[in-house]
Amino acid sequence: MAHAHAVKRYSGLMDWLTTVDHKKIGILYLIAGGFFFLIGGLEAILIRIQLWQPLNDFISETTYNELLTMHGTTMIFLAAMPILFALMNAIVPLQIGARDVAFPFLNALGFWTFFFGGLLLNISWFVGSVPDAGWTSYLPLASPTYSDGHGVDFYVIGLQIAGIGTLIGGINFLVTIINMRAPGMSFMRMPMFTWAIFITSALILFAFPALTVGLAALMFDRLFAANFFEVGNGGNAVLWEHIFWIFGHPEVYILILPAFGVISEVISTFSRKRLFGYSSMVFATVLIGFLGFMVWAHHMFTTGLGPVANALFSIATMLIAVPTGIKIFNWLFTMWGGSIRFTAANLFGIGFIPTFVMGGVTGVMLAAAPADYQYHDSYFVVAHFHYVIVGGLVLGIFAGLHYWWPKMFGRMLNEGLGKLTFWTFYIGFHLTFFVQHFLGLLGMPRRIYTYQDNLGFNNMNLISTIGAILMGVGTIIFLVNIVVTAMRPKDAPNDPWEDGRTLEWTISSPAPEYNFAQTPLVRGYDAYWKEKMDGNSGMTPAEPIGPIHMPSPSILPLFMSIGLFIAGFGFMFSNYIIGAVGLLVTFGCMFLRSIIDDHGFHIEPEELEDKGVKA
Amino acid sequence: MSAHSHIDGQLPHEPEKATLEGRNKVLGFWLFLGGETVLFGTLFAAFLALRDQVGEGNPTANELFQLPIVAIATFILLTSSLTSVFAIQALHRNHVKPMIVWLIVTVALGAGFLGLEIYEFYHYVHEGHGFTTSAFSSSFYTLVGFHGAHVAFGVAWISILIAQTLRKGLNLVTAPKLYVAGLYWHFIDVVWVFIFTVVYLMGKVG
Amino acid sequence: MMNRWPVVKRLLPLLAGMALLLSACGREDLSALNPQGPVAQEQLGIMKLSITIMVLVVVVVFAIAIYVLFRFRRKPGDQTIPKQVEGNHKLEIIWTVIPLILLVILGVPTIQSVFGLAQDYSKDENAIQIKVTAHQYWWEFEYPDHGITTAQEMIIPTNAVISIEAQSADVIHSFWIPSLAGKIDTNPGGNVNNMYFEATKPGVYLGKCAELCGPSHAYMDFKVKAVDDASFERWVTAMKEPATLPEDAAIAETFTSQCLTCHAIGDKGLQGLYPNLTGMGSREAVAGFLLNTDDPKYKNEGSVYDNLVRWIKDPEAVKPGNQMPKVDLSDEEIEAIAKYLSEQKLDY
Repeated sequence: MAHAHAVKRYSGLMDWLTTVDHKKIGILYLIAGGFFFLIGGLEAILIRIQLWQPLNDFISETTYNELLTMHGTTMIFLAAMPILFALMNAIVPLQIGARDVAFPFLNALGFWTFFFGGLLLNISWFVGSVPDAGWTSYLPLASPTYSDGHGVDFYVIGLQIAGIGTLIGGINFLVTIINMRAPGMSFMRMPMFTWAIFITSALILFAFPALTVGLAALMFDRLFAANFFEVGNGGNAVLWEHIFWIFGHPEVYILILPAFGVISEVISTFSRKRLFGYSSMVFATVLIGFLGFMVWAHHMFTTGLGPVANALFSIATMLIAVPTGIKIFNWLFTMWGGSIRFTAANLFGIGFIPTFVMGGVTGVMLAAAPADYQYHDSYFVVAHFHYVIVGGLVLGIFAGLHYWWPKMFGRMLNEGLGKLTFWTFYIGFHLTFFVQHFLGLLGMPRRIYTYQDNLGFNNMNLISTIGAILMGVGTIIFLVNIVVTAMRPKDAPNDPWEDGRTLEWTISSPAPEYNFAQTPLVRGYDAYWKEKMDGNSGMTPAEPIGPIHMPSPSILPLFMSIGLFIAGFGFMFSNYIIGAVGLLVTFGCMFLRSIIDDHGFHIEPEELEDKGVKA
Repeated sequence: MSAHSHIDGQLPHEPEKATLEGRNKVLGFWLFLGGETVLFGTLFAAFLALRDQVGEGNPTANELFQLPIVAIATFILLTSSLTSVFAIQALHRNHVKPMIVWLIVTVALGAGFLGLEIYEFYHYVHEGHGFTTSAFSSSFYTLVGFHGAHVAFGVAWISILIAQTLRKGLNLVTAPKLYVAGLYWHFIDVVWVFIFTVVYLMGKVG
Repeated sequence: MMNRWPVVKRLLPLLAGMALLLSACGREDLSALNPQGPVAQEQLGIMKLSITIMVLVVVVVFAIAIYVLFRFRRKPGDQTIPKQVEGNHKLEIIWTVIPLILLVILGVPTIQSVFGLAQDYSKDENAIQIKVTAHQYWWEFEYPDHGITTAQEMIIPTNAVISIEAQSADVIHSFWIPSLAGKIDTNPGGNVNNMYFEATKPGVYLGKCAELCGPSHAYMDFKVKAVDDASFERWVTAMKEPATLPEDAAIAETFTSQCLTCHAIGDKGLQGLYPNLTGMGSREAVAGFLLNTDDPKYKNEGSVYDNLVRWIKDPEAVKPGNQMPKVDLSDEEIEAIAKYLSEQKLDY
């Protein structure tokens, strides 16, 4: 039926544009997410420069609002999530012993829609009409009445397109993890990172459609004069807050759960010890995911929902501390009695714990509604969520990147530079954000362009700015590390840390195109470690060597996303012909995808010999 | 490669789940419908929050809605759900021709539903109930319109699948597609039941 | 490099301790840590309780972490395999139950306080009723029981419950006086929120807008001036006195035709749409952010007169996006109007 020679295989740029290989898509996510991370970081540095002294006028008020909006939006949707998608694409199929994800084509589509959504959002800088209503885009500030120009349109349409990609990714990984696990890999034998991604994907599935509706409603208000949030015509501004946070709070856990997963892997590996309390870790992750949907209104304590709602959401929020605490102690006791090796990856992993604990305890403090009336929208909140997102998620990402870099690229990152990255970034981080707790308590609201002199804010703002620059230096060192590493030979062994416990360390670095020449048989939790302890050199195969079926590359995902990109611009500027053309491209590609059967191709056993299994 | 090349017995009993690709597709589609549930749930919530914001001088839900025509639309869509069940049953029995016929009936009923909905919207706009009239009207058209767009997409999709099946026959590739299209059709049917209840019946009562 | 690491971690709880010491600090008129009324006091109480519990947690975690990192470092060349522990039910139950207990300790007073602070004083005759309406980018304060309206500066009697009815005329803002009470959002569309607070000492307290509301969000400051009962009564009386226009007839004519078409002063002008100018000369600030002082040190400070001139000359430069237009006035007219306004002092 399928013939290997019938499929055209591309090389060079076309290979990257048409790839449906999860490992390459992971690298694409990393490059694009990393690029947006640098943009968002630059925006942060500009914000901090503006705030380094009172009554500064380094940039204008309007530019400042644009920067703070784009910083938040970019970092969350275009940097943090894509880099997490990079890690999950690169690692999850390997960890469960799969040859690919369930929907390789959709995987590519997810990447390209994210990329073009992000591109559209950032093109606003060149059009000169930038979103400026905050990443939360509260109404009526983001309504056509108070935000004319196309700024918020870019936000709405860019996020809508990028959101499609995220949703597709979520479904893809749910199905991959449910259906594609290697024989013997039961749910309770899955590595913790895979578990975290599993729950994260479920959160994406149930949270993002709410954002889709919110953005659609806002888009209708802005482009077609609908009245969802137009208070003059009976609309409801608080409705947006509800819809946004019903999505927005699970989003926080979508960001942090994968970091929890990374930390679990890193700490366990470098302690040379099994993850302590694995089943309670799984339970805690599921519980956090579940509670994540019940607490959205704690972002709205000052909205005026009344004491009953505030009390209920206070208590629900506090409850999240329990499963989170379970995780923290499990990590500590994973290290207890272990043999801890301080690699750069593990420094980030260990550094994560106290930082995240601090972010967590301020989270509980914020959960107490009466106190939140004071904290809300002050720099205390800014400090809190940066402790959670930067101190939690970004440290987790750095840990994961240092840890899995050899598996993604076949080269070990330089350890010395890695440690230097850690120390500069870590110290810079605490300098930046620790003092912000106090700024908030002393009365500094968030999102303010400047502050008066003599209010007691000066020194702490200066410290904060210095810290931000130090974080920038840390990031640059990391970039240098990437370049230095890329110039070294591709010589990473299968199990470069020597204490690898999971399936990804049983195959070559980087993984061959087909991942596993023979699907492995999983005999327990920490599958590879178990084989090592039993004195086996590798996994027992679950199947004989045979031809491996591979999906065909396709350019359609790219074109579908370009179609949406064009349509977005068309609708934004009320040019419905261009809008229709864009949609036609997208639907045309969907049509082609439906009618052209993708038989894929096979890699024959003889080819395996000379391609991958060189060992 | 015509439909006749597959005689009884060649395809397994549930051809949509015979391959890993098929199983992935079915599971993925169920999950997708889970996400769609949240999507419509949010739309319903927005509608419920805004449905009393009619604005002065504009027709209320009670004045506007004409239950007979909506009841006919409901009947048509429910019937189409039944015919899609017949189609999937035929698929499981590997009876290609009846399956195609039932699918064509389903599509025709779907198109009929859409026709009624367009007529209904046209009528409302003439009554002074436009998309931009009030918060009630915006949320009404968005909710019902999202559903209508889903029906339109389903009609186009199933039509393409019919053409494909005619050309390629029923096999392990087309069977999962037909099966998930059936799931999709049931889903929009269920959503409509909620719309009929929450939007129309409650609009008449409340 | 490895040895420096626990040092940082030991510093952090120290810093947290310093934080508690710091809590007495911060400006008396601005800091949430330095409450000047019972509401802020109660909120600080919840903060203190939660900080205490949380410091306890942080200390325990840090202590375990430091011990573990010292005790279980891998010696170079160490190839031993540590015992692979699956878990420990007793420990796991302990660190599930203890946090639950801590949360009950925090949760009960939280709920009490939530309901306490939601108490409705809007019908209370002893409370001072004030309707707060937020605008881009100024605050309107209406005293319905006294029949007066003012802007930017809320005058209140000490030791009286001030019952606030807050809403917005345009976008969402948030009403916040950190040293007196936590914030409440001002929503548009007649969605009114209630809150209350009380000031125990006379003084001027700084208020802030705490919800992003546009380019001049940072400039949307206001003041709450707490005075004794007698002063408050005098202020109410003074606010109601008929206004005198500028003596110079030409300036009076300009003022009436150029300013009073939007603003009100005393009984004259357009009431209730734009900031009320009554008593401009005795206010703490012009346009919220230009602080009035005879001893200017910073670039947002000046005498009332200088600030008024600066503001009227180019409102957009002071507060981008605000609705006050650059009125077509000669420099002499601006100066005369500024002089007139700066002399509008209320005696209270």
